[in-house]
Amino acid sequence: MAAHDNIASAIRASVAAGRPALVGFLTAGFPTRAQFSQDVQAVASVCDVVEIGVPFTDPMADGTTIQRASFIALAQGATLQWILHELQHLIPRCKAPILLMSYLNPLLAYGLERLPRDAEAAGVSGFIVPDLPFEESDELRVSLGKVGLALVQMVTPVTPDARLATLCKAAQGFVYAVTMTGTTGKVGAGATRGAAPPAVLVPADVLAYMDRVKRASPVPVCAGFGIRSREQVACFAPHVDGVIVGSALVECLERGDDVAVFLKSLR
Amino acid sequence: MSAYPDAKGRYGLFGGRYVPETLVPALDRLQEGVNRYLSDGDFQAEFLHELTTWAGRPTALSYAGTLSQRWGASVWLKREDLAHTGAHKINNAIGQTLLAKRLGAKRIIAETGAGQHGVASAAAAARLGMPCVVYMGAVDVERQSPNVDRMRLMGATVVPVHSGDKTLRAAIDEALRDWVSDPNGTYYSLGSAVGPHPYPYLVRELQSVIGREARAQMLAMAGGLPDIAVACVGGGSNAIGLFHPFLGDTSVKLLGIEAGGRGPGLGDNAASLTFGTPGVLQGSYTLILQDAHGQVRETHSVSAGLDYSGVGPEHSFLMKSGRVSYESATDDEALEALMECAKHEGILPAIETAHAFAGARRYADAHPGARILICCSGRGDKDMPILQRTVLKE
Repeated sequence: MAAHDNIASAIRASVAAGRPALVGFLTAGFPTRAQFSQDVQAVASVCDVVEIGVPFTDPMADGTTIQRASFIALAQGATLQWILHELQHLIPRCKAPILLMSYLNPLLAYGLERLPRDAEAAGVSGFIVPDLPFEESDELRVSLGKVGLALVQMVTPVTPDARLATLCKAAQGFVYAVTMTGTTGKVGAGATRGAAPPAVLVPADVLAYMDRVKRASPVPVCAGFGIRSREQVACFAPHVDGVIVGSALVECLERGDDVAVFLKSLR
Repeated sequence: MSAYPDAKGRYGLFGGRYVPETLVPALDRLQEGVNRYLSDGDFQAEFLHELTTWAGRPTALSYAGTLSQRWGASVWLKREDLAHTGAHKINNAIGQTLLAKRLGAKRIIAETGAGQHGVASAAAAARLGMPCVVYMGAVDVERQSPNVDRMRLMGATVVPVHSGDKTLRAAIDEALRDWVSDPNGTYYSLGSAVGPHPYPYLVRELQSVIGREARAQMLAMAGGLPDIAVACVGGGSNAIGLFHPFLGDTSVKLLGIEAGGRGPGLGDNAASLTFGTPGVLQGSYTLILQDAHGQVRETHSVSAGLDYSGVGPEHSFLMKSGRVSYESATDDEALEALMECAKHEGILPAIETAHAFAGARRYADAHPGARILICCSGRGDKDMPILQRTVLKE
């Protein structure tokens, strides 16, 4: 089975078991490099897919939480080389498929020739590259495809229908349906942080958009950006195959809370 | 040369469009607007009307008699410092704000380094009755404080950016995040010839008025084209505006001067073309100052407007093609050139602009009698806090 099939299979297995798949995101090297392997194992013990953020100096699609995590991780010397090395020596190996989330420049600097093989050797199943639109993605897609790694495609609420069809057709692993216009971690799409819960947890138009993505996509669809609570996950569940939890998980790590307990509370 | 960029926004290898998916439809709309309006007679007429009746164009071409004598050359200055708000930035800001209105935007956002694009955007937005938010690195807010107050007087909201390097690069990141949050109602007025396609093209087209005027003025006043045209390069908007109309004039050498800062070490300068390597930063593939892991390095320059880790993709292309040469001038060389111009020509150039003077003087030393055109891209009033701490203190 090609590595990118692992991702879709893991998500479908969770749906078949009667619950939405959970994709957990953590920034590699945050809060410390020393606890990275242990954190990956903890996230993998609950999540169906683990998404690992490669820190970057200019995270333009990220909100304050992941920006802060990235800068701290960089200050501690987290690099793509180090991340791949840690993953390659993870004992035991993760059962959950691993995705790397990286802005394009660190991947270019690593070298698109050696990246796919090294990533595969480290047990990585695919990549999410938030500043790489479909039109610019041929080189990386072809390069990853040679060893069966997925390039996960994002779609957003402002993606026109014709483009949505094109993006979904090219999707590998799953379609990452961004829940709102904005950066990661933004309080929206029914999220609450300290405030009283809104009357409508997830607006109807967001759920209708998820239904549109679902109809257009041959691979599973996961919703991400701003998802923080069990109530939100329950709202999204009938409309998608899984949810992605990023900033809320990073904040949990930042507080030093038990990530497995937090993740289990979500579904 | 003028056929660039191609349909994908490429200048040879450089350029392109590297943005979050949320911004792709917004850039598509911008591209349609650019295609439709830049060649539209009504739009061009309104743009020209604003340039001539509000922004003070055409700007003068001045013969710099004393500098000519001192340098043993014939020195001509294209006086963008005389344009409204004190720099060439107004050409782009009024052009993009007119475009934003045509595209139905509800608000303007902009980033600024030295504050000149922020002031120009605030002025253009006030002129056309649109709300304006300007993102500015916290370090720049402090070192260019006169410009912050000017923006506020013209009704703009200035947001200090405390993340990242707290200078121009962080301000662009933050402006992009704002735009991602409201891609339909917000127009991002990008201030330099950088970023995702079509910005480098749009900014070049709006700034090329500099070179077109200067070329005609040189023929009329100096009796011929210059031997060389010199401009400072941060993102590179005044430089591409000056150079572009001269690209076909093979007898005219073109020279861009980057910020050499304290010296050649990574982190000590902002000379992306001189010391950078290819990579993707803030929407385009260009030469950037980065480490071996692809992390973008902080920069240093005494001038906030040149203090940037990347450069417009067309400059990367023009350097690789050999049509334009690029050198750098250090902080000290720039400050010395600033004082020379102020004392002998009665013109206080911006510290950014002073880099071009330093480079031009070096050229004059090596080429006695040369006819030199310098883009005097902006005036130095905004730099008084820095000048008080440096040259006026000594």
